[in-house]
Amino acid sequence: MLEAFLFVGYPYAALVLAVVVGILRFTWRPFSYSSLSSQFLENKQLFWGSGLWHWGILWVLAGHFVAFLVPDWILAWNAKPLRLYLLEASGLIMALLALMGIISLMVRRATSPRVKAVTTVMDWVLLAFLLLQVYTGIDTALRYRWGSSWYASNAVPYLRSLLMLSPKPEFIRPLPWMAKVHLLSGLSVILLLPFSRLVHVLVVPIWYYWRKPQVVIWNRRGLR
Amino acid sequence: MDIRSQVAMVFHLDKCIGCHTCSIACKNVWTDRKGADYMWWNNVETKPGTGYPTKWEDQAEYKGGWVVKDGQLQLRLTGKGKFLQKIFYQPDLPTMDEYYEPWTYRYEDLFTGPELDDQPTAIPVSKVTGEYIDIEAGPNWDDDLSGTPLYARNDPNLAALSEEQRLQLLSIETLVMFYLPRICNHCANPACVAACPSGALYKRGEDGIVLVNQNVCRGWRYCVSACPYKKVFYNWNTGKSEKCLLCYPRVETGQAPACFHSCVGRIRYMGVLLYDADKIEAAGLRPDSELVTAHRGLLADPDDPAVIESARKNGVTEQVLKAARNSPVYKFVKDWGLALAPHPEFRTFPSLFYVPALGPVTYAVENGVALNPSSVDEIFAPLEQARLPMEYLASLFGAGQEAPIRYAMKKMMAIRTFKRAQTVGDVEMKVALEGLREADCTPEEAESIYRLTSLCTFEERFVIPASHREQAVEVLTNPLEQKGAAGFGFREQPVRGL
Repeated sequence: MLEAFLFVGYPYAALVLAVVVGILRFTWRPFSYSSLSSQFLENKQLFWGSGLWHWGILWVLAGHFVAFLVPDWILAWNAKPLRLYLLEASGLIMALLALMGIISLMVRRATSPRVKAVTTVMDWVLLAFLLLQVYTGIDTALRYRWGSSWYASNAVPYLRSLLMLSPKPEFIRPLPWMAKVHLLSGLSVILLLPFSRLVHVLVVPIWYYWRKPQVVIWNRRGLR
Repeated sequence: MDIRSQVAMVFHLDKCIGCHTCSIACKNVWTDRKGADYMWWNNVETKPGTGYPTKWEDQAEYKGGWVVKDGQLQLRLTGKGKFLQKIFYQPDLPTMDEYYEPWTYRYEDLFTGPELDDQPTAIPVSKVTGEYIDIEAGPNWDDDLSGTPLYARNDPNLAALSEEQRLQLLSIETLVMFYLPRICNHCANPACVAACPSGALYKRGEDGIVLVNQNVCRGWRYCVSACPYKKVFYNWNTGKSEKCLLCYPRVETGQAPACFHSCVGRIRYMGVLLYDADKIEAAGLRPDSELVTAHRGLLADPDDPAVIESARKNGVTEQVLKAARNSPVYKFVKDWGLALAPHPEFRTFPSLFYVPALGPVTYAVENGVALNPSSVDEIFAPLEQARLPMEYLASLFGAGQEAPIRYAMKKMMAIRTFKRAQTVGDVEMKVALEGLREADCTPEEAESIYRLTSLCTFEERFVIPASHREQAVEVLTNPLEQKGAAGFGFREQPVRGL
């Protein structure tokens, strides 16, 4: 029963809310989509915090994404212990960078008077879940040296089963509880996505690469 | 040929008295809000001085504007290659300390403070944190050279001067200064628009006003860094960028913007310029020494039939064309060569031009009696001896070239002498006419310049064609829906996102 709630009901609720609320917020409240940067108010501590956090977590997420797409490759790669260590170590380094980054960001938010003035409760909730997410990931990596293989062999089939609308929570039943917490806090971050400043990841301006430098709009003619 | 219309401006610095009325008019209309309280869309600086934000002209620090690199016009700040590197942290962004931390006073303490032996005081509190603030700087701390070495001596334009000139400029007997009111230049080649990764900034086709779409802006702040004039501001409360909108609801109805209308010295002119959008890139690629000419080359003659035909093809209406033929800006910039764009070397091609300020009138005195001047050079000191070195003005308005500055200054001095010969009569008319000839000016032209400079009426200073109803923004949305809302075209309360 608990398993059905946590690993079937909760993921669907999180995903559906993330998509529906995200779209509603984009169409009804576009003004609220912003990175809400506070660099203007404080930019010395932010340099380390933001840089380490973003680059670290992006590489970690990229690793998760590749394994989600091609789990067999990861398993084949991990077949040799040396290659397994290499993968685990590089993932761990990136995660540690992200951990340093997010702690630095939290310290900054708690200590800089100007940044405090623009901090909301939701900012702290989000930071707490992100910290939990990075911490449980690092803990898994340190305690179990084959976390990446587990992810490919158990978590990916489970996640895929969710997306195929035939959820099979039994795939993750054998995983240690720390890995399950990692999964749940990850789902919570997805749930928080449309309700927090995290929406900025949905509007990363990659279109800039295809755009003409100058934008001229004629009121009556539309884009030109 | 791709002729577009641009609402353009001239500020006549010889008439500016530095009263900041323009700044206050703008502040009261647009930026008296949380998050925008530190913004001065219109500000007045004393030159020499560091300005607002501090040293905005120093692009080695702020990386604003365009540069020619590998034969191409590129943003100094970013580009398709560099832009993702800077998205998590922008090394070139000015912070609040470069502007100033806005503050107010705790006035209620005057009434509610406990009874003490001393007078109660209203302590200054930050408008960001609400806490006590030790005020260190304000937006016009450099006013009138401010009496400290912190401001005037750190003006980036002083780099163009020799050490001797710099000492002379700031020694007490030969002190010199003038005022530089600044608003968004609504450039023909805006760096802010090109740098915005979200595509939130745009230039309006009908009148060339540059705006930020608040619903599309995501607060990446590239515009703030890319604008070499630092006239896009980040609203730290809403997480969106904002800028001068040239009071477009007023311009659309043919009225002068608030800062123009309120100008006490009547230094401001507004009119239509037609420009050829196809020539912008080629003009931007020219070397510094040709930029003033290249910029003027962009501006099209409103009487040329080919220009009119191309403008009509772009939907420029007849009343805009009529206004362009009657434009005070075209006269000052093209016909007379008196007005110059600030820092043309930033290559954004501003639509705001400045007429440089003249030096003081001088007299030769013998035995306590002022002598009748016998040439222009005796009324004003010759340009070589001007208190404000030409190199300084060339750095500000000429991309380092003195020729266009000298041309404008000589012409203005010759006209003053000419009018003096007419009205005061202590200069011989022959001398005055000789001065005019040397300054490339006919008596008729001198009369028109005199008229538009000194006797200009409201209608002569502001030739603003009202938008056709079908082109104005108002007609696209129901104005009644917007009552009580945040502003034009924006029906949502500007509440900070979660």
